Amino acid sequence: MDTSEDILQQAAPGLIPGSGTARAAKPTRLSPSFISWLQAGPMMLVFLAFFLIPLVFVVIVSFWDYNEYQLLPAFSGRGYTDTFEGCIAQLPDLCTIAKTYLKTLKLCFLVWAITLFIGFWVAYFLAFHVKSKTWQMGLSLLCTIPFWTSNVIRMIAWIPLLGRNGLVNSGLMKTGLINQPVEWLLFSEFSVVLALVHLFTFFMVVPIFNSMIRIDKSLIEAAYDAGATGFQTLTNVIIPLAKPGIVIGSIFVITIVMGDFITIGVMGGQQIAAAGKIIETRVNALQFPAAAANAVILLVITFLIITMMSRIVDIKKEL
Amino acid sequence: MKEGRSRSFYVLAIFFAAYVLFLYGPMIAIYVLSFQGPQGGLTFPMNGVSTYWLTKLFQGTGIVDLGAAFRRSLLLGVIVMAVTVVLSVAAGMAFRRKFKAQSILFYSAIASLIVPSIITSLGISLEFRIVDDLIKAHWNESFETSMGLLTSGLGAHLTWTLPFGLLIMFAIFNRFDPRLEEAARDLGATPWQAFRHVVLPIILPSVIGIGLFGFTLSWDELARSSQAIGAVNTLPLDLQGLTTTVTNPDIYALGTIISAVSFAVITLALGTIHMLNKRQAAKGSDAGKGLV
Repeated sequence: MDTSEDILQQAAPGLIPGSGTARAAKPTRLSPSFISWLQAGPMMLVFLAFFLIPLVFVVIVSFWDYNEYQLLPAFSGRGYTDTFEGCIAQLPDLCTIAKTYLKTLKLCFLVWAITLFIGFWVAYFLAFHVKSKTWQMGLSLLCTIPFWTSNVIRMIAWIPLLGRNGLVNSGLMKTGLINQPVEWLLFSEFSVVLALVHLFTFFMVVPIFNSMIRIDKSLIEAAYDAGATGFQTLTNVIIPLAKPGIVIGSIFVITIVMGDFITIGVMGGQQIAAAGKIIETRVNALQFPAAAANAVILLVITFLIITMMSRIVDIKKEL
Repeated sequence: MKEGRSRSFYVLAIFFAAYVLFLYGPMIAIYVLSFQGPQGGLTFPMNGVSTYWLTKLFQGTGIVDLGAAFRRSLLLGVIVMAVTVVLSVAAGMAFRRKFKAQSILFYSAIASLIVPSIITSLGISLEFRIVDDLIKAHWNESFETSMGLLTSGLGAHLTWTLPFGLLIMFAIFNRFDPRLEEAARDLGATPWQAFRHVVLPIILPSVIGIGLFGFTLSWDELARSSQAIGAVNTLPLDLQGLTTTVTNPDIYALGTIISAVSFAVITLALGTIHMLNKRQAAKGSDAGKGLV
């Protein structure tokens, strides 16, 4: 146990002359910066070993050469030239790779717009209309729980609904709206967007809700008292104040959809090309430098989008 | 503010209800369909009700070696959970003070969260391949691979769970009253005693939340596992493999089992959090509540 002198020293350092140095000499007393290193170091090491170094390898390998069996550690632009093969010759027609990236951007934009719309209003309802804290907690949890269960299951869950003999088709047939099953419901761009919205609206709801819950309610009341209509309050008070959440949510959704290959694969019936799928296909063909080159391109595009968005808000300040 | 419920309340309440239905509806369809009769197919209507497909999975006569994949996923999930909790709490403590490399760690975590999973996964697999090649070339020609569930796989999962853990720690310490710790120090507690007897009990409910995140994110993880797990598959990977070939409700039964484990873990964690909060409310001192 500490002596009373020690306690006094803790409470008022420098009160007891000379004891400060004696204290520092004790081996148990570590310097604060050393403790910080000890505490944060392990996590830093994990990111270094499994995130930062791998990223560097992706960039390096994208410039390597390859044959059918292995990586050849020699500088080569083949990963990139193979990717863009025939693109210039084909102009003004777009080559496959350009079309694929455009398609990815299109899917991304659709999913972003829909998740933003749903996410905004769901968060708005939870933050402003649900008054009781208990209900707010309960309903937020209700939205969160599906996020904690397997994505594949949530994807394949659409099959019995959208399939040729699925619930939607048989329902429509029974009501006499259609005579034969609608084919575009499943394994189409429609089902891909639907599944992505289903999976990732969560990433929009949570940050927007977090921003909204911090809005001082008296500001809204003030706007109302000053004669603003509901719409004016929304556009002039709530949306600007919820902007950080909107941007963070958008970054999440956009980066997820840009890199997605599983949802697009499963829900597109392996028919729809997308940026993430190119990488997967190249890996399966053991063309690692080409896969890495595509990863670098994808990374650059994602980085550009994020830079553009983070110009709007300072992410670090908002967390 | 206007009294009573406005019209927009009802519009948005219906919108919210529709969203919840959209979230849960398809999943419920899966759970129901996994109880198809032996003759049942992939779609409604149900062809009898039975536990045929569920038991078929457990007998191991089904399409995947459920037992082995289940154990692998469980093992990995538990290890990821433990590592995530320990590293997140430690790093969260570090962030309460300023330290060098603080922003490097912060931006690494954020970047790890938003760089598309396929890129992280590809990077890890390249890293291990290169290490393998080096070992083969310089030390041991018959060396197979250093990739595996608890090497590359564990690392891949941690790049996904640690950022969440760290962000949750930020949220916790935003609300944490440092005077409690000061009081402990004033009473002569060592830093470790202050952590063990003051800080940890207060943050424990949220720490369980981090564990919950760690386990379920790992248990359901797909994209990061896809390239980085090595030769073996986790349960979600097996499930994904089945989506292209399968024609009977095995796959729904497997989905139901994976979900059941997720839900069990969520319920257990939320129950524990609730219990701890109640205990805190009941046993916690009310000192200072009447003041300020």
